[in-house]
Amino acid sequence: MRKISDNRTDELKQITDKARKLMVEALICAGCGHPGGAFSCIDILVALYFEVMNIDPGNPFRSDRDRFILSKGHSSVALYTALHLAGFIDLKTLLSFRQDNSLLCGHPDASKVPGVEANTGSLGHGLSVGVGLALAGKMNNDSYRVFVLMGDGETQEGSIWEAAMSASHYKLDNLIGIIDRNKIQIDGPTEKIMALEPYKDKWEAFGWKVREINGHNLQEIIMVLKAAPFVKGKPSLAIANTVKGKGISFMENNHEWHGRPLKGEHAEIARRETKSVN
Amino acid sequence: MPKKSLCGEYGRCLVEMGEKYPELVALEADLKESTQSIQFQQAFPQRHIEVGVAEQNMVGIAAGLALGGKLPVTHSFACFTSMRACEHIRTTVAYPRLNVKFVATHAGISAGSAGTTHHAIEDIAIMRSIPNMTVLAPGDAREIRQSIEAALNHQGPVYIRLATGDVEDVYGDSENFSIGRATELRKGSDVTIITTGTMMHAGVMAADKLKKDYGIEARVLQMASIKPIDRQAIIKAALDTGYIITIEEHNVLGGLGGAVSEIVAETGKAKVRRIGIKDRFSGTGSAAWIRQEEGLTIDEIINQTRAFLGKDEK
Ligand SMILES: Cc1ncc(C[n+]2csc(CCOP(=O)(O)OP(=O)(O)O)c2C)c(N)n1
Repeated sequence: MRKISDNRTDELKQITDKARKLMVEALICAGCGHPGGAFSCIDILVALYFEVMNIDPGNPFRSDRDRFILSKGHSSVALYTALHLAGFIDLKTLLSFRQDNSLLCGHPDASKVPGVEANTGSLGHGLSVGVGLALAGKMNNDSYRVFVLMGDGETQEGSIWEAAMSASHYKLDNLIGIIDRNKIQIDGPTEKIMALEPYKDKWEAFGWKVREINGHNLQEIIMVLKAAPFVKGKPSLAIANTVKGKGISFMENNHEWHGRPLKGEHAEIARRETKSVN
Repeated sequence: MPKKSLCGEYGRCLVEMGEKYPELVALEADLKESTQSIQFQQAFPQRHIEVGVAEQNMVGIAAGLALGGKLPVTHSFACFTSMRACEHIRTTVAYPRLNVKFVATHAGISAGSAGTTHHAIEDIAIMRSIPNMTVLAPGDAREIRQSIEAALNHQGPVYIRLATGDVEDVYGDSENFSIGRATELRKGSDVTIITTGTMMHAGVMAADKLKKDYGIEARVLQMASIKPIDRQAIIKAALDTGYIITIEEHNVLGGLGGAVSEIVAETGKAKVRRIGIKDRFSGTGSAAWIRQEEGLTIDEIINQTRAFLGKDEK
């Protein structure tokens, strides 16, 4: 796989900077929402929407589009921001996030927002939907791929493992799972709340080909996701090691910022830390 | 009157119950600050079991704990408790009548702009259709305390539906909750307003205004015990007042309005009007905005009552 050029990497870096700035604004406007997990996965979303996926914002329902499912639906502000920057929704809509009569619900509603493929927010649902979409793709001889982003805490749900088993059973190499492995859930560190390790081994035992990546290194995310399927005949999983709250000093690695309203002094600091771009 | 956080009040109550009932064990599914089981964890770390994001497993573990002689109380949002873990509750717990209590917070649309995934407008209907299940929906601090203690003293599964948010006290010192009994909050003979959960506040305020502004005397019954329901109080209301209005932060199908209608239909003695979520998933907005959209406000209850009685001519 060819590396992407340094120029393009710089461009993408600027897009992630802008995305962080917009997420701060949207969260401040909303007065509620889930910052931590959004900042940990935004680099992955930018990589997907700007390099990896075959999508067409002008024609969001094109049948050959790659599909993306945000199974960790509480990180909706990251998805909406990526959709805005990619051209699916306008800025006014983005900044209406979670407000009265907005199209942008706290957890995404596919019937309201172009580019959203599934209604998520109850954890543990997205991977099964991905399995179904990937199966349909195989049945219809379609070329699209299906990407499903999960939280690490989310994978404590049993339904994730039911889906994982079925994906390898049906040899769905058009399905790519991504784990936002920030090692933090709401009540604390995943390994303290309900240990996931040995995590890679678990996924491999369920028949997936697994790669670990740095979820904030755009080069690495793009190279690895573009290379999927990692092997023919198996679903692929990228465990993306990330930092919860990445980019906002007081949020980084702090479980208290999972779902705390961004306001007052914190809002000002977050604005300052993301203001570099326009 | 100062408002109180319902979940905060619940958390304090659970700690007191922990002192009183040494077998009490709290289970949590990664929402301990929202449900406030964190207070119990701080007081009794050995008796607080964190299962992570795994509500079905939580219910199964609770069943096993009950079989082992413990008094388990599970914690999660009402949507995940009543729907994600539904069959586990019904088959593993309710069928053999195990002694498990389910504390289900953020019920109705009280989770606001988190949206439909986090709302529970179906849980009363689901839970009350399960045999052996007791369903409680207390609406202020005193009623929460009394219903939690009643639930712990009751042998068998109990679903306790709580809202998130701050509410004013409605119960006075003389008002008391007990399982299977309605609490009469206002006397009246023109119409009966039956409420459940936090809607009792709006019900009482509406009744006071109906009396003051329009001379309409509304009886108000708070039905925090949805199952078993107080048949006698409902039949009496039907006979005495002829008009019954139900108010709930739940779908108008299958909840309090459904339960009351089932009984009134047997008597054929009153008309029923149900105020609740109009069998639709809400738009995005704050809980207050959604309540406005669904007519779950004091003003709308007044309008509906006057229209129902044919006393809305201008
Ligand atoms: C079925 C279900 N149970 C509980 C919740 C509440 N909840 C929202 S996010 C979350 C923690 C998720 O942790 P993780 O997947 O690691 O998310 P991240 O750190 O990436 O934000 C929980 C328990 C939910 N949304 N769905």
